[in-house]
Amino acid sequence: MNTEYNFAYLDEQTKRMIRRALLKGVAIPGYQVPFASREMPMPYGWGTGGVQVTAACLVPDDILKVIDQGADDTTNAVSIRKFFEKTGGVKVTEETAKATVIQTRHRIPEAALTEGQILVYQVPIPEPLRFLEPSEVETRKMHALEEYGLMHVKLYEDIARHGHIATSYAYPVKIEGRYVMDPSPIPKFDNPKMEMAALQLFGAGREQRIYALPPYTQVVSLDFEDYPFEKGGAQQACGLCAAEDAYLDEVIMDDAGTRMFVCSDTDYCRVRREAGHIGEMGVPLAEDAA
Amino acid sequence: MYVAVKGGEKAIDNAHAWLGEIRRGDTDIAALSVAQIRSQLSLAVDRVMAEGSLFDADLAALAIKQSRGDLIEAIFLIRAYRTTLPRFGASAPIKTENMACMRRISATFKDVPGGQVLGPTFDYTHRLLDFKLAADGVIDEARKAATPDEAKPHITEFLNQEGLIQHEPTSDTTPPDLTREPLELPASRALRLQALARGDEGFVLGMGYSTQRGYGRNHAFVGELRIGDVAVELDIPELGFSVEIADIEVSECETVNQFSGSKTEPPQFTRGYGLVFGQSERKAISMALLDRALRWKELGEDSSGSPAQDEEFVLYHCDNIQATGFVEHIKLPHYVDFQAELELVRTLRREATEAKVAKEAAL
Amino acid sequence: MNTHSLTGGFENASHASANAFRVALDVMARPGKIAEITGGTPPAPMSSAAGTLLLTLCDPATPVWLAPSLSGSDIADWLRFHTGAPVVENRHAAMFAVGAWAELLPISDFAIGTPEYPDRSATLIVEMETLEPSGAILRGPGIKSTAALGLPALTEFQNNAALFPLGLDFFLTAGSQIAALPRTTKLEG
Repeated sequence: MNTEYNFAYLDEQTKRMIRRALLKGVAIPGYQVPFASREMPMPYGWGTGGVQVTAACLVPDDILKVIDQGADDTTNAVSIRKFFEKTGGVKVTEETAKATVIQTRHRIPEAALTEGQILVYQVPIPEPLRFLEPSEVETRKMHALEEYGLMHVKLYEDIARHGHIATSYAYPVKIEGRYVMDPSPIPKFDNPKMEMAALQLFGAGREQRIYALPPYTQVVSLDFEDYPFEKGGAQQACGLCAAEDAYLDEVIMDDAGTRMFVCSDTDYCRVRREAGHIGEMGVPLAEDAA
Repeated sequence: MYVAVKGGEKAIDNAHAWLGEIRRGDTDIAALSVAQIRSQLSLAVDRVMAEGSLFDADLAALAIKQSRGDLIEAIFLIRAYRTTLPRFGASAPIKTENMACMRRISATFKDVPGGQVLGPTFDYTHRLLDFKLAADGVIDEARKAATPDEAKPHITEFLNQEGLIQHEPTSDTTPPDLTREPLELPASRALRLQALARGDEGFVLGMGYSTQRGYGRNHAFVGELRIGDVAVELDIPELGFSVEIADIEVSECETVNQFSGSKTEPPQFTRGYGLVFGQSERKAISMALLDRALRWKELGEDSSGSPAQDEEFVLYHCDNIQATGFVEHIKLPHYVDFQAELELVRTLRREATEAKVAKEAAL
Repeated sequence: MNTHSLTGGFENASHASANAFRVALDVMARPGKIAEITGGTPPAPMSSAAGTLLLTLCDPATPVWLAPSLSGSDIADWLRFHTGAPVVENRHAAMFAVGAWAELLPISDFAIGTPEYPDRSATLIVEMETLEPSGAILRGPGIKSTAALGLPALTEFQNNAALFPLGLDFFLTAGSQIAALPRTTKLEG
């Protein structure tokens, strides 16, 4: 552990400021709490919000998992994990079940999270109304007045034009019947998982916002009675582990454009393969490692 | 057989090693020292100090070396370093009227008390490449007049004495600090000026330029531009007086802008203000133009809806560290979201084709 | 200043405050859950739980209101020395308030936030004799079906919940134990 910096990098005053914002966020689920985000030693847009939230929550005994696109080995996930190993001296893991804190970008793990866990999301644009109304002054008013008509109009226009709600990720949700919230750019496939036993914390560094969902908070994906929300998902099974209930990445295999579908959650796939599940294009895990 | 991509950590380590090698460049050529950068690329150092919001020329020079001359990257290094520094106190406002000016010009008067001082300016250089520099030529020593020690008064003060320019009330309120509090709108002028002082030079330049071309025009004259050293004083409560802790170089620009008047106020000129660390008059002038454009509400004007008059637009987009991070982050993997979009587009296309077939069959 | 005011801070500030915050976060996210929170030793009669919470969350940016039973002792000095937090008389200006329930009344004195910034509301730390996992029935975010917690009153908490998304948030402390009641929790007797 690097002792040139404070535990988990941030100074104590900054952590206190973030911690106070987190407590208010938990007390007002789905509401975006402004916080004085700091300049981190990594670029804005690369998880500075998530990193600050994680840094404010970590305890020395934590076991941290970091994923990007569901995978532990994507370069930015590797980089963030290294950062906390260096500045927090915490243990890290790739195993979802073993982690006490999971920082994620763009996915919720497939395996159900448990009471002792915290899921920290990296959020680029926390304001669900931002693409309909660019002004922060206006969107803040809209949340205050619970004025979400614009969002319904947008979704309805999608249906009129495409016959579907044409939002496939960062699909807006309503929290406990009050705040409309951006779930971060997770695929809408993950939306139903947001009613979970773990605590969910969201950090948007550049936009200086923190928000939260306590366990078992009601999370409803916006829809219409005649056009109910559908989570979608691949029509195939995972080529490696044969999972049929997982979110799959499409991999182009050759110049002819042959496709293969594999779990985006690399740990979920590994656990299944260890348990002996083998997909159409897969081999037993031992052979793969060799 | 497909094996999932692994080895992110190794790839990152290798990339960093390669970066280090390229940074050093040809080892047959002597390495650049931080002192050389500091003394010979001083305007780059000034920009990094200004937008990095940290007055430390050695660190700025180091950052420039580390960033291979990418100034936004250097500013980023300085910002990240700055955030971790403990705060000992807040300095008293600097007194730019007491500045030891190396340059001081006014466009509004032919001559002024204290005189016009050109200083070390590029202004009247003919922009011809000087091949002597490539050959490491010896530089003729400049002949400098002995700088008179007396303080040079602010030129806008002469207008103020006559009531010809809008009076700027002083205030002892602690100004807000956007590095410690989240940005909240509407912003005070002090907060806007802080944001502009550390804002991207290119952005502020472009926005200032747009006001001259009619997007929020405010008819500016450079009332005064001055560059030089000022003393920084810190109040020490335990001692009961303030102590001079440093001299810093700043560039200050005051513009004299179109007059306004109302039923209660006779016509008078208005002001725009720019203040930047180091020698950066392009930034100081642009900042003053933009500051003036942003003051429309306070001065009882109508907004023409121009970008330079929209404080939310300006404040949320002037920071190059925020901007570069978010613009560049789209190179990070987004394949999960893209997959979701792929599925949606495929579904929509399939349904459209089916509908077309059904329609044709019905004909 | 008494020597009591100089001791009783965190031994290792970054680790102690991290551990204490994690407990505070956990109980706020799970209303009704009773947990141990340790690290700080405030002068009597403040509970170590309340003292630890203050050390974890307070600094010069957080005005604190101390109930009369606490403000007359070394506690105000202790708080100022260890956190730099200003101790205020004006209840509406307080970001945190600490005291026995009767002293905190009427809670309508404290800031409940604004429609645009409901987070700008006070957090009240209610000093209790004991914390009991029985009494009022709690429902809402953070609670799987129902939870139970002994509370000093019902109506005030119900009225506070009715203000949502505005409202106060509460920590309840006794000895080294802590529980929380955010504004989202709905209560039955």
